[in-house]
Amino acid sequence: MADTNSRDLFPGALEMMILESLRRQPAHGYALVQHIQQRSNNLLQVEEGSLYPALQRLLKAKLVKAEWGLSSTNRRVRTYQITASGLRRLEQQISSFERMFQGISLVLDPGEARTS
Amino acid sequence: MNWIPQIFRRRKLYNELSEEIRLHIEERTEQLVREGMSATEAEQTARRAFGNRTLLEERSREVWQWPTLESIGADVRFALRQFRRSPGFAFAAIVTLALAIGANAVVFAVLNGFFLRPLNVPQGQSLYAIQRGNDPYIVQSYPDYLDLRDRNRSFDGLAAYTISQAGIVTGNDPSHAWLYQVSGNYFDALGIHPYMGRLIHASDEHGPNSAPYIVLSYAYWHSHFHDDRGVVGRSVLLNKHPFTVLGVSPPEFRGTLLIFSPDFFVPMVNSEQIDGESFLNARGTRWVFEVLGHLKPGVTQAQATADLDSVGSYLEKTYPRDDTQSTFSLVRPGLHGDFVAPAVRAFLAGLMVLAGLILLAACANLGSLFAARAADRGREVALRLALGSTRTRILRQLLTEALLISLAGGAAGLVASVMLLRRLSAWQAFPQFPMNIPVRPDATVYLFALLLALVSGLLFGIVPVRQVFKSNPYEIVKAGSSARIGRKLTVRDLLLVLQVAICGVLVTSSMVAVRGLARSLHTNFGFEPQDTLLVNTNLAMAGYPPDKMPAMQKRMMNAMQTIPGVTSVGLVDIPPLHMGWNPSYVFSNRATDMRPPNAEGQAIEYRISPEYLQAAKTVLLAGRNFSWHDDANAPRVAVVNREFARKFFANRSQAVGANFKITDGTLLQVVGIVEDGKYTANLAEDPQPAMFLPLGQFPSGETYLVIRSGRDPQQLVAAVRSTLRDLDPGLPAFIQTWNEEMNGALFASRMATASLGVLGVMGAMLSITGIFGMAAFSVGKRLRELGIRIALGAQRKEVLYAALGRAFKLLAIGSAAGLALGLLATRVLAYIVYQATPRDPLVLAGAVVTMALLGVVATWIPAQRALSVNPLVLLRED
Repeated sequence: MADTNSRDLFPGALEMMILESLRRQPAHGYALVQHIQQRSNNLLQVEEGSLYPALQRLLKAKLVKAEWGLSSTNRRVRTYQITASGLRRLEQQISSFERMFQGISLVLDPGEARTS
Repeated sequence: MNWIPQIFRRRKLYNELSEEIRLHIEERTEQLVREGMSATEAEQTARRAFGNRTLLEERSREVWQWPTLESIGADVRFALRQFRRSPGFAFAAIVTLALAIGANAVVFAVLNGFFLRPLNVPQGQSLYAIQRGNDPYIVQSYPDYLDLRDRNRSFDGLAAYTISQAGIVTGNDPSHAWLYQVSGNYFDALGIHPYMGRLIHASDEHGPNSAPYIVLSYAYWHSHFHDDRGVVGRSVLLNKHPFTVLGVSPPEFRGTLLIFSPDFFVPMVNSEQIDGESFLNARGTRWVFEVLGHLKPGVTQAQATADLDSVGSYLEKTYPRDDTQSTFSLVRPGLHGDFVAPAVRAFLAGLMVLAGLILLAACANLGSLFAARAADRGREVALRLALGSTRTRILRQLLTEALLISLAGGAAGLVASVMLLRRLSAWQAFPQFPMNIPVRPDATVYLFALLLALVSGLLFGIVPVRQVFKSNPYEIVKAGSSARIGRKLTVRDLLLVLQVAICGVLVTSSMVAVRGLARSLHTNFGFEPQDTLLVNTNLAMAGYPPDKMPAMQKRMMNAMQTIPGVTSVGLVDIPPLHMGWNPSYVFSNRATDMRPPNAEGQAIEYRISPEYLQAAKTVLLAGRNFSWHDDANAPRVAVVNREFARKFFANRSQAVGANFKITDGTLLQVVGIVEDGKYTANLAEDPQPAMFLPLGQFPSGETYLVIRSGRDPQQLVAAVRSTLRDLDPGLPAFIQTWNEEMNGALFASRMATASLGVLGVMGAMLSITGIFGMAAFSVGKRLRELGIRIALGAQRKEVLYAALGRAFKLLAIGSAAGLALGLLATRVLAYIVYQATPRDPLVLAGAVVTMALLGVVATWIPAQRALSVNPLVLLRED
């Protein structure tokens, strides 16, 4: 259990990507995987299954809600939708991620760090 | 609190999850088929892309759980399934642990009851008894007690009590009872409140014999007054004196001496009516059994001791004749100061160590069993690792199994020990005393057992850990569980050696104890207890004044003499090897200052009738015996033992006719010398000087009739009883054989031998199962190799050596270590069990033979299995 996120980039990254995808439009699990892989130009090889523990965590935290229905291709699917608190969380995460990313790039690019 | 509906929602959640995942893979498969893959290929690719479905589902479910708790639940269920599959293993393990933990709990409960738990009075922690200087006897005189009570500033009231016996008449029949004579403030100083009626208070005392009151103990009220609530205010006769029942003490209060609880309590100021004589004003006579009290809050032990010492120096100055060297120290009450405590403590500590060793042996045993099981389950473990289980998870599973076993064993052991302890605390080991063995288990004992169970579970559960961490799933699944036979010493081997060594210690020490006890039963006591009845009477209890006692005692002896079969009858005030004895100071014949420091030494004093020596079969070596002419009108005389003559008269041949003085200044002439014997209630004593004084000159109200007969003394009891009743129906008597009476003296060695014997048997059983397990395991692992050896023409001897050589080597090393350690350990034993010496060829031989036998018994079945290997059958298998 301690290594739940070991296949992720960093803890919470997968959740963040899921929330971001769902913010654009509700989707079911399979569509989410497709979406993340396409958007990242297949740079991120997300193991498809690892989506589900993350979705359950989001469900439990009430950041997303799920509903059974039919997809556009007429399949029975469980569609996930972001909630209001999910949106708030996403914003927090993005801003803290950006801060972190900024920090990392400063460290990785010492030239810029000296001039600033 | 949304977790309650969550639990009910869970099944739905899980089902939805599985469905969702199934649909996911299905969708992916369809997609791939559309892209041109074959159906099978597409499904495989979809599954691979998805990842470990079981693991991911489990992780998803964990989101909704208290993960640790529930997976532990799963571990427990899995462990229980495992045990159901091998019930023999589980049963053996649980029984082993139950025995080991039970033994530890019992020993600990006794240790706890005697030493760790304070006396059962309010604030027992701050209760201390006062000991005089470094003298292990903590008795005080009554006037000294009063001074200590009134002059100290450290105690919240100092109480005193002393143990006495009395005849009590409540209805028609007189009976014999044990009581505490207590100071008026006794109950108040201890903080005891009545169960019924009221207790004795300081305000009841108005000088000698002013408080004829009696407080019954709950147990005595229950057994002798049948819980009669109307007893308060009733009058009873104590030694023919009327006493009024004030009330009943609470059931949990059983006196202030462990082991010995009184039937009732009477004020000490009335001691003349109880004892027949009064020492209330005798400052030099120390008869008050124990002085004790609660320290005031904030007063340290050192401050209290200093305070008492200042009272002591006042006493020294004011009463230089009686109170020499009056320094004091504090001791824990309950075991009569430093007098009995150290021996008991040493023995119990030793027993605790042995019990601990037993548990360690059991853990070693179970540890190797678990290691063997883990090896056998190598394939299962490997599969689980290959399927993505983590090693921690597998270890937790193994530890769960170990802890389950240890907790079950601990619970079973605790139940058994509680039953045993209940019996023990109700046990009346000596019919003549009311006993109070304070070993009822309490929370500490339960906690101790639980702790032991957990620790031992972890101990033997941890053994296979390294094995699991090293295992390579790929190798194991490919090659089957590793059957490598290492030449190097494994942990399991060390455990086995350790265990055999522990067993060796136990076997050796229990044999030493048994031999010592057997020898002490055939030692020369200086009297012959066989075929002899002891009849204990106390004329003071029946109201005889001292001057009428000798005549009555003579009548009793004469009457006993007429009973058919009786060969001789004698009288003694306290028989040798009784629980109590009277040490007296011996002074030279020129001494004028009779203070203890001026004494030549101490001797144990006996008061006897002339017929005693013959009835007890004590051999007169020189001089003459007493006669009834040695009475109050004749010069005072004494018969002494050989040790007395050696110690106090340089020239032994001149001892007869020599003179010496005793504390009251009386000059005595030695008229005879008898053989040495055993006197105090400890068979291990060194030769002690003893003197015998004629009852005619030194009367005693309490006496024992020594009745020797030619037939079974038990058959005489009825006749003795009716003869006594004819003489005086109001005289209570206690009758038992001398051998029974001596049980008291042998009690310590008997208990020691019994407990060591039990531990020894347990140790032996444990090492048999341990060696058996190891031998069976190694034979089982090497059956194929043995088959090849036999096929290649190996002889029986060679096969046996190959199969069991290692087990035997370990056994030999362990036994040797165990014997050596055992012989060292028995030095401690020698303090308790008389004549316990390890330098005894029989013990050595016995221990060696026992260990060898254990080895043979334990390896018999595996050896048979190794020899009956059929190479053809074995080699044909896979």
